[in-house]
Amino acid sequence: MTAEIEHDDINDLHTEPMLLNMGPSHPAMHGTVRMVLTLDGETVIKVDPEIGYLHRGFEKECEHATWTQVFPYTDRLNYVSPLLNNFGFALAAEKLLEIEATPRCNTIRTIMGEVSRLSDHLTCVGAGSLELGGFSAFLYAIEGRELIWDLTEEVTGARMTVTYARIGGLKDDITPDFADSWRVKRERLLEIIDDVDKLLTKNRIFLDRMQGTGIISQEDAISYGYSGPCMRSTGIDYDLRKDHPYFAYGDIDFDVPVGTTGDNFDRYLIRMEEMRQSIRIIDQCVAKMPDGPVNCDDPRVVLPEKERVYNSIEGMINHFKIIFEGIQVPAGEIYSYTEAGNGELGYYVVSNGTGNPWKVSVRSPSFYHMPAIHKMIEGAMIADIIPTFDTINMIGGEIDR
Amino acid sequence: MSKSDIKKLGRKFRKVVLDTSERLGMDTALIDKDAVREILEYLRDEEKMQYNMLRHLTCVDYLHRDPRFEVVYVLYSMSNKTQVVIKAAVPEDDPTIDSVHDLFGCANWAEREVWDMYGVDFKGHPDLRRILMYEEFDGHPLRKDYDKQASQPRVELRKTERDAIEEFKTFHKQQPEQGSRS
Repeated sequence: MTAEIEHDDINDLHTEPMLLNMGPSHPAMHGTVRMVLTLDGETVIKVDPEIGYLHRGFEKECEHATWTQVFPYTDRLNYVSPLLNNFGFALAAEKLLEIEATPRCNTIRTIMGEVSRLSDHLTCVGAGSLELGGFSAFLYAIEGRELIWDLTEEVTGARMTVTYARIGGLKDDITPDFADSWRVKRERLLEIIDDVDKLLTKNRIFLDRMQGTGIISQEDAISYGYSGPCMRSTGIDYDLRKDHPYFAYGDIDFDVPVGTTGDNFDRYLIRMEEMRQSIRIIDQCVAKMPDGPVNCDDPRVVLPEKERVYNSIEGMINHFKIIFEGIQVPAGEIYSYTEAGNGELGYYVVSNGTGNPWKVSVRSPSFYHMPAIHKMIEGAMIADIIPTFDTINMIGGEIDR
Repeated sequence: MSKSDIKKLGRKFRKVVLDTSERLGMDTALIDKDAVREILEYLRDEEKMQYNMLRHLTCVDYLHRDPRFEVVYVLYSMSNKTQVVIKAAVPEDDPTIDSVHDLFGCANWAEREVWDMYGVDFKGHPDLRRILMYEEFDGHPLRKDYDKQASQPRVELRKTERDAIEEFKTFHKQQPEQGSRS
């Protein structure tokens, strides 16, 4: 009899799933994504991410721009590490043109790319700790990011919207005192990384929130096209800098950290270690910076010296043709890939032989990380969404394009 | 490596592999669109190839060319570290192709994006909604004949909100063991 009564009580309990809209105006959702959650108590039983709030028509705009005019648009893809996007597109166009950048240009691209990666990882780790209540670690990380952005500003003239790369070269050489500036900043960066490490890595609260949450298996990671720290956290050693070296990565000694479980804590640890490796890469590049020109010697793509433009008719015409008609890229198509802050950043570029790209399609890492978020979140608590969403490091600019 | 894989593919599927090419390091096979599932599954599961990662899925609109669209699959083999590109031509009057969402997880959203932007219909896709544009958007913006400055009709207030709980219940009834999606 009592059993029957208890049974009835359970039936009477209100167990209907609850619908909760998380975002887009939720601080942890970056203002750019909405998650429609179906909750059973505090357990998430279904998640439906909705993206597109930051859609700017990147691909349509690119089709109406000249090849060089695409660079400012690529800045806005992953706005935390704009240089990596710049270089990725430059590499794609150079592959279509079948030209190679000079050794000095490649080394500078490697340096500035790693500088951007540092800023990306610092933001991810810092914001992640902030979202879990660790304000001090956030302030240290942002101090480090400021140093990085000062360095970026010295070299490129802008903090975020850099537009530093050009097809066949760069906007400008790095500053003459870059090595000194870097030497000062790297000491402070190492201190900051150690401070953040001390504040977070053995912190009981941080560990409880990060360990064992947001787990993705190796099979799912491959099936969903994961890359970058998210892929490596599952134990798969997939780093394009090692597997298919580009720029100067082939001559440089660095390690690729790999996780074991594929949870949030592994992704955090990988990002911390990658920052130290980035500093190592930059040190080596600064030490063996080759001399020579920054831009390759190809009048089809590189603007002539200003002196020639103002003083000779050929130089003037060359300048005029490149600016007005755009660089004439031979017809063809290429899928070019680089390792960006979040993972594999690919450009599928189609040219029809004119000054405007026929199609520029971006394979942004975030767009391939987000569809599998239900694998990580469903069945977990609602509070686990915050660290999971952070360590995936979804960037609105590159997912919505 | 990937070159020989493309050759092997051409030999095995002689009828449906229409053309193979190799330029700028891109080993490409143009295939009949009806065989896309068969070929991708073969490439994924064949022991010596194992193209188990779909790197990129997109579509190119070649206006004034017949067939007009080309759906592009960039596949990568994690074990051999090689890449092949599979292209399927899709005509304008019948813009449909089979979905591969169950072969590669990431194809789910990528196909939604291609449908959103180009209007290519993926047969068998469980959830073919717009992804970057809003539901009421008129047309497919990345088609070449969609004007860059085209304006959109005013959107009326929606009559009913989407009821995710109902949606979930119906879904849950179909696959009670598997959670919301496979």
